[in-house]
Amino acid sequence: MTSARRGNPVLLGFAGLAGLLLILELVPRLGLVNERFLPPTSRIAAALADEVGTAVFWQSLGDTLYAWAVGLLIAVVAGVVAGLVIGSVPVLRELTASTVEFLRPIPSVALIPLAVLLYGTELGSTLLLVCYASFWQVLVQVLYGVADVDPVAEETARSYRFSAWGRVRYVLWPTALPYVFTGFRLAASVALVLAITAELVIGAPGLGKEIATAQASDAVATMYALIVVTGALGVVINLLTRTGERRLLAWHQSVRGEVSL
Amino acid sequence: MAVLKRIGFVVALPLVLFAGWFFLSSGSESFYSPPLRTILTAFGDTWTLDRLRADVAPSLLRLLAGYLLAALIGVGLGVAIGLNRRLRATLEPVLEFFRAIPPPVLVPVIMLFAGIGDGMKVIVIVFGCVWPILLNTVEGVRATDSVVLDTARAYGVTGTARLTRVILPSASPQIAAGLRQALSIAIILMVISEMFASSNGLGFTIVQFQRSFAIPEMWSGIILLGLLGFALSLLFRLAERWALRWYEGLRAAQRRAG
Repeated sequence: MTSARRGNPVLLGFAGLAGLLLILELVPRLGLVNERFLPPTSRIAAALADEVGTAVFWQSLGDTLYAWAVGLLIAVVAGVVAGLVIGSVPVLRELTASTVEFLRPIPSVALIPLAVLLYGTELGSTLLLVCYASFWQVLVQVLYGVADVDPVAEETARSYRFSAWGRVRYVLWPTALPYVFTGFRLAASVALVLAITAELVIGAPGLGKEIATAQASDAVATMYALIVVTGALGVVINLLTRTGERRLLAWHQSVRGEVSL
Repeated sequence: MAVLKRIGFVVALPLVLFAGWFFLSSGSESFYSPPLRTILTAFGDTWTLDRLRADVAPSLLRLLAGYLLAALIGVGLGVAIGLNRRLRATLEPVLEFFRAIPPPVLVPVIMLFAGIGDGMKVIVIVFGCVWPILLNTVEGVRATDSVVLDTARAYGVTGTARLTRVILPSASPQIAAGLRQALSIAIILMVISEMFASSNGLGFTIVQFQRSFAIPEMWSGIILLGLLGFALSLLFRLAERWALRWYEGLRAAQRRAG
């Protein structure tokens, strides 16, 4: 089958997006949905253009991205260090397994009231939630990664009298790295969701708070425009982490295999 | 003996942490972090049967309704999209975009359409947790072994049998992964939708405690949410192990052979 007969996936993808935008334009215009609830695409686009022109928008975008980046950084560093330590000591691994399993499913939103009490509507509340939620993503992946170390490689390193540091550096780390990246990718999207959620619910400065404000002041088109921005932000973060992963792991089996297909 | 040792490993750290919290906080004067003893007393006083029926039961029902609906929609649409190459190419960017929208921002939108009743909360849960199920189903269906598909075709396995006997089983491990991701999103959305506008439910109650500075009660609510999340993920694991036992067996056999 040629690609012409199947249809070019990029073109079809654009057609899909255009179709969605068209439907969202027509549905309110034809009166199928009340325009007050779902403004046509063009009005949302106009609202978006207005927003982009304001300083408040860029300030809140910056606030959201700052909370996202700092929270993610703390979570990744803590997750990797904790994962390597726990993963490479079998006793620790067995001791912590049940606790990790218990703490992980605690919904991070349960901490919202606590965050409000501790930090009010400051950056700290957002950071607490972002760190808590993304930490587990990284930790669990690193634990899987450490468990995946080839016993033969480990034994070989031992027979060649690699130091403990050498074993971590040349055996453990390269094996765990792809898992670390998977954890990073998962944590990056979770961190964005939690950052915006915290702003929305708690009222910490950022895009989420702007959405809550737009909703409270009945600026429906602006609210949709901001939601589109958060979605676009998510897509961009996804794309960036995927590309970065492929670049940095170009030497690794999983990526090389993927490319040659 | 080995069993005892295993149990010891499972409960040791939680016990130590719990005991540590109990004794370190026992003399706590801080208003925000009361002694654990106070919290536990509050737990017993707060989450009585009446309270469980009035607040926890509606929350769980909404969670269940939203989750099941999302599972149905996600698997149904996912199979359709996964089987049709052109449909997949057309919808992929749209789906990626919807998945990237942080689900909690949908609460204000859905409040516009559905008001603040139970319907709103169920829709929020469905809308938030359908994406991981849908995308994982698409991936799983797509990854069906082409040899298996050809064999099935050669033996004249078509239509419903092809779907239920060949495609769905082969995609089921991936579908289960999507369902697991969706479960934690569903719990989060259940709580958040209740924090916004509600007159009952766990999220509502916990925020209520926080606003009225009933701190031990608030802590007990957080603990209850934790236990709930833990219990649900345990239930899910059991269900998954039961549904996918053929797959685990296959994997184990392959590992022994390899």
